[in-house]
Amino acid sequence: MTTDDTILRVEGLAKSFGTTEVLKEISFTVRKGETKAFIGPSGTGKSTLLRCINQLIVPDRGRVYLHGEEVTHAGAKINQYRAKIGMVFQNFNLFDHLTALRNVEIALLKVKGMKEGEAREKALFELRRVGLEDRADHYPAQLSGGQAQRVSIARALAMDPDVMLFDEPTSALDPELTGEVLEVIRELAQNGMTMLIVTHEMRFALSIADEICFMEHGTILERGPPADLRDSPAFERTRQFAGRFAEL
Amino acid sequence: MDQLAFIADILLPALWGGLLVTLQLIAAAAPFGVLIGAGIAVGRVYGSRPVQYFSRAYVAFFKGCPLLLLLFILYFGLPSAGISLSPFTASVLGFIFCNSAYDSEYIRGAIKSIREGQFTAGLALGMTRGQVIRNVILPQALRRAIPGLVNEFVYLIKYSSLAYMITVIELTGAGKMVATRYFTYNETFLVIGLVYLSLVTVTTIGAHLLERRVAVPGMASGRH
Ligand SMILES: Nc1ncnc2c1ncn2[C@@H]1O[C@H](COP(=O)(O)OP(=O)(O)O)[C@@H](O)[C@H]1O
Ligand SMILES: [Mg+2]
Repeated sequence: MTTDDTILRVEGLAKSFGTTEVLKEISFTVRKGETKAFIGPSGTGKSTLLRCINQLIVPDRGRVYLHGEEVTHAGAKINQYRAKIGMVFQNFNLFDHLTALRNVEIALLKVKGMKEGEAREKALFELRRVGLEDRADHYPAQLSGGQAQRVSIARALAMDPDVMLFDEPTSALDPELTGEVLEVIRELAQNGMTMLIVTHEMRFALSIADEICFMEHGTILERGPPADLRDSPAFERTRQFAGRFAEL
Repeated sequence: MDQLAFIADILLPALWGGLLVTLQLIAAAAPFGVLIGAGIAVGRVYGSRPVQYFSRAYVAFFKGCPLLLLLFILYFGLPSAGISLSPFTASVLGFIFCNSAYDSEYIRGAIKSIREGQFTAGLALGMTRGQVIRNVILPQALRRAIPGLVNEFVYLIKYSSLAYMITVIELTGAGKMVATRYFTYNETFLVIGLVYLSLVTVTTIGAHLLERRVAVPGMASGRH
């Protein structure tokens, strides 16, 4: 058990696909209410890292702890941990056959075992939180990309997760739709949600993250508060990468 | 005049009894065909190795075995293994085996056409694999498989007449008996043909209504 306010602890996560080492001994801790942003080129293992945290991908080595309890090797209990770790995907991954409301409700009913009325109320509350109560009866195909992503955020939030994982939540969106999604995430950060965000939105990351981790080739090349990273990039690649977005 | 009297007084009453048996055969076989077909399809896509092998063998066997031969085995063959089935039960079993093998192929194809990310999203929410399959995958796969399943249902209507070969007096069998006795082959088989045609027509209309009823806006149906 931990006595401090650490919510998530990642120790020496390593993962290879075939001969490719995708994650090389990644370690970090996340405090309650902290927002940690992960940036870095494509193919450096950011998605793999997030998926190892909730065991959608089983890491080869290393451990993940949620509130001091080990999530790795959790066996059948893994579903309980996943329910406490919200995840938002680049492609939304809404359930196509369900309305926005049902998308948010379904895990409340099936995983949390809520009654219909209670689940419905909770789902509507979460949709209101992301500004989409009036779209409750729309199917995913009837939503804009930005709306779909907000529904998927509501779906994750409805489980009252301890930590939220965002995997490039705006990368599949048209530029004019990213703002509404980032706004929702920003609000979560302000309200004290604990979050890991993989993003290419450098300015956004600089403005909301408590810590930025620059990843490359399966390692965290550099990490620190946004101010440090912005002003004194120790690594040439960080500067190149950050610089590209600073112009935006 | 004579012919009309024959059709009204003798043929139709005889066919009515046969039609009821045909409908019972179909009603008993079709739901299990879909149910087991779904199970086999899920086993083939998501099962462990042994389950996958079993599902594949099941499909290969029952797709490969001529239905009539299957009925003969079930009705004439099994008693020597100590299992005696009534003609009706043997027919229904044969139809279920055959129907489910084909249904599973349509459902499996539909499962594979569903975007992978939805499975991942279900797991990420804390659902078990079984919960994801039941609540996310199958509701979509079955919708997409409707046209194929309807196809199989139509085949079932028609091949249900094979039950006559193991002494079930269904529609075709009832007609054959009347035709032989009264020497009225043309009238009889024409009427029977019309009955099958209307069964198929009703099915097709029903399928369209069902498809429309369960349609989800923007979700691709099984029609391409
Ligand atoms: N399931 C997989 N099988 C094989 N290789 C994979 C798999 N998932 C990811 N990879 C590879 O791992 C590397 C890192 O992928 P990913 O974690 O998606 O990177 P990022 O999210 O930073 O773009 C890539 O080279 C990718 O091709
Ligand atoms: Mg990625």
